[in-house]
Amino acid sequence: MVQILGIPVQVLFGQLLLGLINGSFYALLSLGLAVIFGMLNVINFAHGALYMMGAFVAWLLLTHLGIGYWWALLIVPLVVGAFGIVIERLMISRLYHLDHLYGLLLTFGLALVIQGLFRNEFGVSGLPYTIPASLQGGRNLGFMFLPNYRAWVIVASVLVCAATWFAIEKTRLGAYLRAATENPALVGAFGINVPRMITLTYGFGVALAALAGVLAAPIYSVNPNMGSDLIIVVFAVVVIGGMGSILGAIVTGFGLGIVEGLTKAIYPEASSVVIFVIMAIVLLVKPAGLFGRTA
Amino acid sequence: MKLTNTLLLSAAVAAISVPAFATDVKIGVLNDRSGVYADLSGEGSVIAAQMAVDDFGAAAKGINVTIVSADHQNKPDIASNIARQWYDQDGVDMIADVPTSSAALAVAQVTKEKNKVFIDSGAGSTDLTGKSCSPNTIHWTYDTYSLGKGTATALINEGKKSWFFITADYAFGQALERDTSEIVKAEGGTVVGGVRHPFPGTDFSSYLLQAQGSGAQVIAMANAGGDTVNTIKQAAEFGITQSGQSLASLLMFVTDVHALGLQTAKGLMLTEAFYWDQNDGTRAWSKRFAAKHDGKMPTMVHAGVYAGVLDYLKGVEATKGKDPKAVIDWMKGNPTDDPLFGKGSIRKDGRVLHDMYLFQVKSPEESKGPWDYYKTVATIPADQAFKPMSKDCSLVQ
Repeated sequence: MVQILGIPVQVLFGQLLLGLINGSFYALLSLGLAVIFGMLNVINFAHGALYMMGAFVAWLLLTHLGIGYWWALLIVPLVVGAFGIVIERLMISRLYHLDHLYGLLLTFGLALVIQGLFRNEFGVSGLPYTIPASLQGGRNLGFMFLPNYRAWVIVASVLVCAATWFAIEKTRLGAYLRAATENPALVGAFGINVPRMITLTYGFGVALAALAGVLAAPIYSVNPNMGSDLIIVVFAVVVIGGMGSILGAIVTGFGLGIVEGLTKAIYPEASSVVIFVIMAIVLLVKPAGLFGRTA
Repeated sequence: MKLTNTLLLSAAVAAISVPAFATDVKIGVLNDRSGVYADLSGEGSVIAAQMAVDDFGAAAKGINVTIVSADHQNKPDIASNIARQWYDQDGVDMIADVPTSSAALAVAQVTKEKNKVFIDSGAGSTDLTGKSCSPNTIHWTYDTYSLGKGTATALINEGKKSWFFITADYAFGQALERDTSEIVKAEGGTVVGGVRHPFPGTDFSSYLLQAQGSGAQVIAMANAGGDTVNTIKQAAEFGITQSGQSLASLLMFVTDVHALGLQTAKGLMLTEAFYWDQNDGTRAWSKRFAAKHDGKMPTMVHAGVYAGVLDYLKGVEATKGKDPKAVIDWMKGNPTDDPLFGKGSIRKDGRVLHDMYLFQVKSPEESKGPWDYYKTVATIPADQAFKPMSKDCSLVQ
């Protein structure tokens, strides 16, 4: 059998593909973070908790209202996004004139409160959520067994990321957004309601996190700590990609998923560290991140 | 006549209101109240301890029991700080529960230093009654050896001899892998490979793929809580069990099965010391427990806290005091007996010997209602369920 780095090629392909799947989650979450940071200049530490909320709302819909996975994909981002809009209006918007640090502290506190409430209500063991019937099973690719659901996660994630990138970089609305990031006062002077745009952007970023939560519910344990386990990695992804860079978040999300997947095949013990090692190296060489602009 | 009556009456009143002796006992329930093990220990263990106090009728026997509790966050340094403060300042006589092996080993150390009593239920390391054993420690519910013993022996007897381990890379996971591997080899099986994952983990598909590639007949999970839940969930997705490999969860609690749902968990083999639906005694107790705990059924850790506290109070009553050495000597010298674990004994090294059980998770069709999850496959008698006493323990020589 052909080997690369002492690993059979088949295993290597398998790990690459799995890495790409994990990268899908990193990309979706870091994309939301990047959109929010780019627009609001707020480091949204509540992102992991909102991702967790996404998974829980999907569970609640299924258990109490009998609403299945496909509707949840639509409803959950709307519900959790609306929740995001409420906290932006009530709390975060009061901190825009202060240092970044205050926004960070507020959202970090919010994350702890949200997690605590869910823990109190649902316990920590997690809740069951099965894969929708139409996506069960899988296919043998020769080098690995690919569950249909994982394939769907990659497709969904690529589509959402591409659509978001297109909306922000190529449309008129996106142009307003980018302009408002550069100079909110000037854009406001042209008659564009900048505060509302900021609110909706936050809501959109939160909706992306909630969508990732729904995608994760059938394959990861739905428990109150699921977001806090993931969010640290996602922050590293955003830092490596360049704070606020949309393309950076997407490309690094997928890329680091692959790197992590390879590490799991070569030296699993290091798999939780490898992303941070890369982060340290990138920060030393290119402090603004791979795709970031130096201010 | 009237005088005699009065005298008799007052004697009777005295006999009721003044027991043979009176003492204050303070019990500290120390466990995880917010993290990954909060459901299997947490507040439920406090409820179980209080039930033991009530069922024993401590107050009527002149033993005035207070229960305090704290969150050790699964960290050994926090656990030993709380234990120290409880013993030094708050007058705690006995600490119960303490899941997370590293934290339990730290509490055992402090308890020995302060000469108090530690009855562990939640932790798994065999070191508590092995090389780190202490005259002040009693290890009640389960340990890594007894978990491996039940599950490994059963699977090897079915002819599943080649094993692959997915292990959480910390003290508990490593101990579980070590003890189970020894049993696998002793029973004539082989260990074909293994992978150690960072704790806690989220995505286990890479490891499952490696396990699948190894061709092992059994993929054993030497991890716990959320890690196990995630591994099983993803194993189902990758069609591991359909392709003929067996999944063995070495440590699994009824709360984990509840979290997975029967559709995903069905068919799994696991070893536990207690299940709520075993006999009239366990059912009656568990229903009372659930009524106080939002309808959630007890885990074996909760049951162990109950039984441990009950036996300790018996020791206090019998020795008419709470001298740690006297109480522990009494506990080790007399058989244990409670409605949850039945009859048992406590060994010189502090290991409690009781039956363990091999369960299989029911399919959704077999389950008759909420929390109806296990069917009993085999009973592992007390004298075979636990590791023989080890010369590593200073109490054994």
